[in-house]
Amino acid sequence: MPLHPNAKPKLAVWKFASCDGCQLSLLDCEDDLLAITDAIQIAYFPEATRAVIKGPYEISLVEGSITTPHDAERIHKIRRVSKVLITIGACATSGGIQALKNFKDVNKFIDIVYANPQYIDSLQNSTGIADHVKVDFELRGCPINKNALVEVCNAYLNRRKPNIPTYSVCMECKRRGNICVMVRNGTTCLGPVTQAGCDAICPAYNRGCYSCFGPSEDANAKAFSIHLEETGISRENLIRLYRGFNANAEEFKNESIFYEQK
Amino acid sequence: MKIEKNKKYLLSKENISSLVQILQKQKFKTIAPVVKDETILYDEIQSIDELPIGMTDVHKAGSYSLKKRKDKALFGYNVGPQSCKKFLFPPKLTLLQTKKIDGKVTVIKSSDPVEKLALIGIKPCELSAILVQDKIFIEGDYVDSYYKQQRDNLFIVTTNCTETAYSCFCDSMKTGPEATKGFDLAVTELIDGKNHRFVIKTGSAAGVKVLSNIEGIALAPDDALALEEAKISSAKNKMGRSISTENLKELLLDNLNHPYWAEIQERCVSCGNCTMVCPTCFCSDILDETSLSGEDSKRTRLWDSCFSKDYSYIHGGVVRASIKSRYRQWLTHKFASWVDQFDTFGCVGCGRCIVWCPVGIDVTEEINAIEQDVEKMKPVEVEA
Repeated sequence: MPLHPNAKPKLAVWKFASCDGCQLSLLDCEDDLLAITDAIQIAYFPEATRAVIKGPYEISLVEGSITTPHDAERIHKIRRVSKVLITIGACATSGGIQALKNFKDVNKFIDIVYANPQYIDSLQNSTGIADHVKVDFELRGCPINKNALVEVCNAYLNRRKPNIPTYSVCMECKRRGNICVMVRNGTTCLGPVTQAGCDAICPAYNRGCYSCFGPSEDANAKAFSIHLEETGISRENLIRLYRGFNANAEEFKNESIFYEQK
Repeated sequence: MKIEKNKKYLLSKENISSLVQILQKQKFKTIAPVVKDETILYDEIQSIDELPIGMTDVHKAGSYSLKKRKDKALFGYNVGPQSCKKFLFPPKLTLLQTKKIDGKVTVIKSSDPVEKLALIGIKPCELSAILVQDKIFIEGDYVDSYYKQQRDNLFIVTTNCTETAYSCFCDSMKTGPEATKGFDLAVTELIDGKNHRFVIKTGSAAGVKVLSNIEGIALAPDDALALEEAKISSAKNKMGRSISTENLKELLLDNLNHPYWAEIQERCVSCGNCTMVCPTCFCSDILDETSLSGEDSKRTRLWDSCFSKDYSYIHGGVVRASIKSRYRQWLTHKFASWVDQFDTFGCVGCGRCIVWCPVGIDVTEEINAIEQDVEKMKPVEVEA
């Protein structure tokens, strides 16, 4: 129920370290956006409008990862003004592509990149929102699927569980009628250990899955790596494979560190 | 000549071509294997020229490729990535669409329509899988109306196997290499030097009727029948895989806590591919979607898999939380509890789960390993 029974529930969209792509998915909803604004009041969304309606907010969509001490504090303030907090995208869920820095000394990067490193205040690790505050729902993807975003909002408004699968990409891939690129072409594909949600778009175009949606439920990345090793994938390529958009997701992080130390 | 049921006739390649045309005249959409997406899979054909002439498929555990044959066989393939399951039990099926009109929920569309389909060149394991699914969808107490309608509009031309692939074990499952029932017409392709012939058996009244439209055909001569028998029996002896089905149900159900299940978990990634490619797996999920306004809703049936956690989610949690328990559920269902449920094995030995497993897990090796291990552990009776 809305905080104020006669008003539409208020939605806020927050940005942390990210590329804005997931927020744009909300604007990409086009026709659905009108239906969304019929049901929800967009109260805070700097990407779309400078007009700000004060909180608290029924739904907060959080994009991006925590990479600075300032952001690590800011997320707590957002949690306090939000009834339901939903993270959107790989950054907010697992730390994103910028979590690649977690595997090296961040100060060395700062020295190389910035002329005046003294102005930079960056945390050693890029982490997902759930590492800092309680998260009510995580919507995966790099970027998220706009239909999934509508579905999550819809589920919230109708007080039901969102229809967001947690099984592997292979299920969607087979339903779509794709031919397995791993079995047919020997293309390395992370689909078997990746959560569905993209309708297996890369295998549909003969590419292996890059795991934009991160590890699937019970992802047995260990077994998967062993198989890939047996088929001749090098240690270096295995490390690269897991160090993508979800490098900091537990199952993938463990694998890439294992092969780095091997 | 008058065509009769359960008789074998001799056909030429041109006759096979006419057969396809006749089915099309009878308003059947003619579906057959074609070379597509670097594989041999089912698609609509207009003529036999679209068949994978002179091509075959080579399998290994977790590997599939195409190879040129030395001859110009029309039906010289094994089994492709997709089974006929998708025609009778589609991966995604709209069951219902509703709209609120003047405050009342109104059905604007019910289930997707069926088509008259002629499945041409399907292998006996494939046909057997349809017969297994018949038991599930139409022969039980609850009839699946979509499946029933589509099944009633099906014409089946099966092709007996004269060759086998690495992953084939239909002989173990008693589903091939020769089709014994359930077909309208069954073809055996015989290539003997330059002599390219087909023995065709009628299996139904519909099959007799279709064949009666082909002019100038005669009963298959003895030499063709002898060659057919020799070729099929050679295929039977060349099965790539094998398992013993004797006491298989007991073996599996008596060893539910065998340490080997945990060993499989070290390799299985629980992706669900085996269930998706399996021609008999019949699990589905019902998905309800509503528009934001609540005015429109849609109900879809989707292929589901016992390898997903949600599949066994009930109040209180997931029943099969470990990969071990999910793999065991799948395998014991196929080879043990299916027998109690449907009076048949749930496996037809097509080998798709072996070929299309991304990590190459071989169900026959797993069963044989359990069997051998149990055999080893059996107490030896020593004479006093």
